[in-house]
Amino acid sequence: MRSLILRTVAPLIVGLMVLFSIFVLLRGHNEPGGGFIGGLIAVAALSIYGIAFGVETVRRAIVFHPLAIAGAGLMLSTLSGLVSMVFHVPFMTGLWIYPVILGEEVPLSSVMTFDIGVYLVVVGAVTSVALSLEERGED
Amino acid sequence: MSVADLTFLALLLPFLGAIVAPLLTRILGHNAAWVLALVPVAIFLHFTGFSAEIARGEVVTGGYAWVPSFQVRFSWLIDGLSLTFMLLISGIGALIVLYSGGYLKGHPHQGRFFSFLLMFMGSMLGLVASDSFLMLFVFWELTSITSFLLIGFDHQREAARRAALQALVVTGGGGLFLLAGLIILWNMTGINQFSLLTAFAPQVKASPLYLAALVLVLGGAFTKSAQFPFHFWLPNAMEAPTPVSAYLHSATMVKAGVYLLMRLYPVLGGTPAWQIILPVFGATTLIIGALLAVRQTDLKLMLAYTTVSSLGLLVLLTGFGAPYAIEAAALYLLAHSLFKGALFMVAGCIDHETGTRDVTRLGGLRFAMPLTFAIALASAASMGGLPPFFGFLAKEEVYTALSAFDGRAIIFAVLAVVGNALMFAAAFAVALKPFIGKRIETPKAAHEAPVLLWLGPAVLALKGLAVALLSGTVHELITSPMASAIAGEARVVTISLAPHIGVPAALSTLTVLLGIGVYLRLARLRAAIAAALAAIGWGPDRGFDQAMRGLVRLSSAVTRRLQTGRLDIYMTATFTLLAVVLIVPPFLYGELARAPVFPQDIPLHELAIMAIAVIGLVAVVLAQDRLTAIVSLGIQGFSVAVIFLLYGAPDLAFTQFMIETLAVVILALVMTRLRLSPSDHRPLRENLPDAAIALACGLGATLFLIKVTEAPFDTGLSDFFNQYSKTIAHGANVVNVIIVDFRGTDTLGEIAVVMIAALAILSLVRLRAGSLRRIADNDPDAEEASR
Repeated sequence: MRSLILRTVAPLIVGLMVLFSIFVLLRGHNEPGGGFIGGLIAVAALSIYGIAFGVETVRRAIVFHPLAIAGAGLMLSTLSGLVSMVFHVPFMTGLWIYPVILGEEVPLSSVMTFDIGVYLVVVGAVTSVALSLEERGED
Repeated sequence: MSVADLTFLALLLPFLGAIVAPLLTRILGHNAAWVLALVPVAIFLHFTGFSAEIARGEVVTGGYAWVPSFQVRFSWLIDGLSLTFMLLISGIGALIVLYSGGYLKGHPHQGRFFSFLLMFMGSMLGLVASDSFLMLFVFWELTSITSFLLIGFDHQREAARRAALQALVVTGGGGLFLLAGLIILWNMTGINQFSLLTAFAPQVKASPLYLAALVLVLGGAFTKSAQFPFHFWLPNAMEAPTPVSAYLHSATMVKAGVYLLMRLYPVLGGTPAWQIILPVFGATTLIIGALLAVRQTDLKLMLAYTTVSSLGLLVLLTGFGAPYAIEAAALYLLAHSLFKGALFMVAGCIDHETGTRDVTRLGGLRFAMPLTFAIALASAASMGGLPPFFGFLAKEEVYTALSAFDGRAIIFAVLAVVGNALMFAAAFAVALKPFIGKRIETPKAAHEAPVLLWLGPAVLALKGLAVALLSGTVHELITSPMASAIAGEARVVTISLAPHIGVPAALSTLTVLLGIGVYLRLARLRAAIAAALAAIGWGPDRGFDQAMRGLVRLSSAVTRRLQTGRLDIYMTATFTLLAVVLIVPPFLYGELARAPVFPQDIPLHELAIMAIAVIGLVAVVLAQDRLTAIVSLGIQGFSVAVIFLLYGAPDLAFTQFMIETLAVVILALVMTRLRLSPSDHRPLRENLPDAAIALACGLGATLFLIKVTEAPFDTGLSDFFNQYSKTIAHGANVVNVIIVDFRGTDTLGEIAVVMIAALAILSLVRLRAGSLRRIADNDPDAEEASR
């Protein structure tokens, strides 16, 4: 789309949206949000970027093939579930650690990595569909 | 290791051999046969160890639990019947492995061949060893599958592929009948092991389902044992390399049906139905097989049709029900396995050394191949029932069984004499004709076959002589226990070579004289049968082709009707059904929703949002072009999301917002991608039915939702989640905790689905219209057009 306005604001909007999507993903355990929603926001961001600058630019920007991202996400989620095997607890049991980083206690968990996996699957899968639909006849 | 473990290992051994066979053949070439033959030899030796117990009339069973919840065991039963088969399968198997080492010397896929052969051997061994129904069925179908591989071994020829498929369809399909029959027996008695079933025989025979079970079991046995009218697959299976023919059609595959009949004789046998169906089918097969055998000029085909004929005789005897009939069946089965295996291998030797199997193009080979000639003569003499060979004993016993002087016995005795005479002629046409007379030039200069090729038939031919001379020992160890196991009561076989005058001897002599007469007039008879067949012009073999073509055509028509490939038809069908499912049952069962009570004090902003949703919908319906409609649909979706938000479901609302946004974007992209016309130009009469379906679905969904909300809300789950979300899962957002923790495994499945859906969509998008060519395969009309 050859809109000057869109091309000017797109980088700004897209940057903010991606940031926001990660924020939504990470706060999801206690406030509204989570991997699904975060992922969808990121997809929307990438779609806007694609509409403004074309599919090729998006593909270059995300470096990996979207389906590879989705596959990595699925892998991450599965592994998050499998970690429990090391500790002899049932599959998908949430495991938590509380390291202190820069004087602040940060709760980290296999549940979080699982949610990150969900985020990546949603981003990868929906983006791959959206992108392939956008690149009319270019593929 | 216990005996049970060793037996299990013996049953497993052929499959292990099949795994190493290709590698071994790559290293040793055709000499791998010497090593691989150790597999059947080991099995033979293991099972020989049981012979003393079996001769005493004992029965050895063993096994392991397989599917305990259905009381299914992996269990074997070794009695006189199965032991005889095991020894035949492994003994002849060893000779066949050696023979194929010579026959397929230098073949690029010899290793694969050994592998298939051993797998088949293992399946056959498992079949006869099976005590449990399910195990028998599994091995039964395994023999079908492995014989498919063997018959189609020469897969580059269409005839071989067709024969393989035919054998698979006929015998594999018959296996399904057998399964149904066995399940009926299982239901009737609650027993799924042959060794325990005999005690229930009176109950089975009295059951109203007896006939159904019998017919279904016969469906399995008759297809496997090539009884008329299912006989056609057997001669076609001659497309296989000769070692396969020699193995499948002498001792194994085709005997499986007879084995089954013998195994079930104590349970199903002896009833009027049994004594009518079996002899009639058996005698028909005997005569038709023998006539068709005489008609052939190809050595292997002649032998194949005589095999059909012999199987008919065996079925006749199993069903005949007179004294000595079971003994005769046991003797004849043993004799047939020996002489037919040898004769097939002889035919293979001739083919291998001269380059032709056509009996009219062979002659005078007696000097070039004296050893083969001797083997052939010995086997043919056994097949023709001449003393002092084992076939003679078998034939005497057959005629003893048939020489009761009632009408039924006389009819079958006459048929048996005719059939045997024709087989006699066919035997000597194979074993004598190519060797005597003037020398005829053959494609290859004939000379004696190498040791790997003559060893097998020589051993079998000698055995045919030895078992006759040592008939006392053989009866004690093999035939008496076998006959006892079939009959389900103690039987003693006594027949020997000692001369005895009587009706059987007279019938034997008559058979031989008649056989010599046929042999001398073979060419004329052949022409006459050929003319008769040409006059009929149709046979089950062509019928099979027609049935297969009809099947393909039917499925093709059904597919065309049901799977039109047009999205609008699929959508119409889906949504019509949805509407029916939603609307009809409430009316049928009087479960209609009550009219809901509208709250009096709805806040203004909520009303406004609902109004916006409705406006969005109206806009969708009234929109002039598709893009407007898509965006209007977004309006409705956003309003719903706001309602979620107002009622305290921020996560849901959040997701709904994103979904609506992306849905509009993606739908718009799809629109441009599909290059649809901007608006819907269909006439009203096409739109109205769709509108009706849409309204019906909407109405149904509304009624359903109202009905659902009528029931009091069960707060059990939400209470649980609210209570434990923070304490167990360390999360305040219940929705997210459910998604990633409480029901995390569900989510894992869902994201896998999302991933797969994306893959599918991607491949669909990449498909260019026009790159979808119609698949020509399996389209009967296209196939016919290309012929």
